Amino acid sequence: MKPSGFSTLLYKEVLRFWKVGFQTVAAPVLTALLYLLIFSHVLEAHVQVHGVPYTAFLIPGLVMMSVLQNAFANTSSSLIQSKVTGNIVFVLLPPISYHEFYLAYVLAAVVRGLVVGSGVLLVTCWFAPLQFAEPQWIIVFAVMGGAILGSLGVIAGIWADKFDQLAAFQNFLIMPLTFLSGVFYSIASLPVFWQQVSHWNPVFYMIDGFRHGFFGVSDASPWTSLAVVSVCLVILASFTLNLLKRGYKLRA
Amino acid sequence: MSVAIRIQQVSKRFGTVQALDGVDLDIQQGEFFGLLGPNGAGKTTLISALAGLTRADGGKISVMGHDVQTDYRAARRQLGVVPQELVFDPFFSVRETLKIQSGYFGIDGNDDWIDEILENLDLTSKANANMRTLSGGMKRRVLVAQALVHRPPVIVLDEPTAGVDVELRQTLWRFIRRLNEDGHTIVLTTHYLEEAESLCTRIAMLKAGRIVALDTTASLLRSFSTHTLRLRTNGSLPAALVAGSGQSGGWWSLPFDRFDEVEPLLAKIRAVGCVIDDLEIGKPDLEEVFVRVMQGQGRNP
Ligand SMILES: Nc1ncnc2c1ncn2[C@@H]1O[C@H](COP(=O)(O)OP(=O)(O)OP(=O)(O)O)[C@@H](O)[C@H]1O
Ligand SMILES: [Mg+2]
Repeated sequence: MKPSGFSTLLYKEVLRFWKVGFQTVAAPVLTALLYLLIFSHVLEAHVQVHGVPYTAFLIPGLVMMSVLQNAFANTSSSLIQSKVTGNIVFVLLPPISYHEFYLAYVLAAVVRGLVVGSGVLLVTCWFAPLQFAEPQWIIVFAVMGGAILGSLGVIAGIWADKFDQLAAFQNFLIMPLTFLSGVFYSIASLPVFWQQVSHWNPVFYMIDGFRHGFFGVSDASPWTSLAVVSVCLVILASFTLNLLKRGYKLRA
Repeated sequence: MSVAIRIQQVSKRFGTVQALDGVDLDIQQGEFFGLLGPNGAGKTTLISALAGLTRADGGKISVMGHDVQTDYRAARRQLGVVPQELVFDPFFSVRETLKIQSGYFGIDGNDDWIDEILENLDLTSKANANMRTLSGGMKRRVLVAQALVHRPPVIVLDEPTAGVDVELRQTLWRFIRRLNEDGHTIVLTTHYLEEAESLCTRIAMLKAGRIVALDTTASLLRSFSTHTLRLRTNGSLPAALVAGSGQSGGWWSLPFDRFDEVEPLLAKIRAVGCVIDDLEIGKPDLEEVFVRVMQGQGRNP
């Protein structure tokens, strides 16, 4: 098949993280495994969610959290590195349209998310019996969640001029959104006020819908989650495409 | 001849700095064109606007007839740019870098041409080395190679010889000259004026974002610079000549335009019994033109 700007950029972005797979895949898998060991050790005996043992409940949450965080990390770190080192010109000089640019970066982020997510699933699934009740939801939410966080990573990578600005974006937006989304607990266990707040967090729907694929039960209906996640993706994609079209910061 | 690059009334401001101030310039196909100017004159900004790396505030630019904004894909396919900054992607080897760059232009299996470029830039032995392990000059060569993967009809080199050894400079210029002879349009910026003088057929000089001189190299040399007869003597020159001469370090310098003026000058010196110990003839050079243009015309930045 003849390469295009899009396919080459996608290939290059995938190769980029794959070449340093120890940092970009193995390390996040290990982190997720540690979370699992610690939390399940502390909570397994005390907690059941939706009639599911705690460890089994936790695993899909950790998988999805890894998908999301790594999708964000892939686009944002690639773009900021290219900007800081200046090699971003190599992708700005060729006839690559802004649509191709967006799709290539975001798809590579989804690939990284899925690779890490599969890795996490592979090392954690031995610790508890998992079901795959409605697997189509697993795929749908993993891909869409990865695309959303990949888009956020594009925005952050374009906007940030320095690594510490990127770190701020990550620490003050991405981390709270993912940690406060029901990775480690069911929001049904929260006080009513915090349940309400969680319903405003789009990451909650990604994780809830993803988990529904495993157990067939969830806090919200998967269709509601799908609607929320789709709207988020459309908004973020349009926003990012518009930034790219205007050449915001990249072609200043 | 038809136009390779057409720049019309292009302006660009960064904050309070007017980097480009209404630049008009046509470069014909097949030209070897020099873009000269002091640091901060706006050369790189003009190239960035041409390459779509920055958006001009006003004006229009086209490459081989394609507008760089509205028809950017066609325009970029026609253009190869060697950036001034020494940039590279540390994740890849030289060959990977060049294959990926070919892919961005939709070119598959470009190996023969890549091999030829590597050969011509003396990079064959480094083809599989990681970019990180190359010396500065070698990285610069890879930048040149990257600009050429898609065989662009228009090639722009922004100070390609900064920090490059003599041997590579010669290799590089031999290769670029050959590309020019094959019909590629070349645009070059450099601070080595002798390089520009020997390579470029036409030159634009930029100062504070404006073109302050634009002509063929030959006629710039003719109109702004003269020949000089430089002498060391054991006595003083005849009074009539001292008036129009300069003196420094024991050398007299006498300007002249045509070679048939030399004999009468020497005759006048002999007539007063002055003996010449040493003599050389200085040709007009671009450095002198450059200095005069920058002092004379144009505004101060
Ligand atoms: N991204 C930018 N932000 C702010 N100012 C800029 C930017 N790029 C260029 N400038 C300013 O625009 C002016 C022209 O810069 P430019 O890089 O085009 O000069 P140049 O002729 O290429 O100089 P040199 O010979 O040093 O490479 C300078 O005053 C520079 O400081
Ligand atoms: Mg410059």
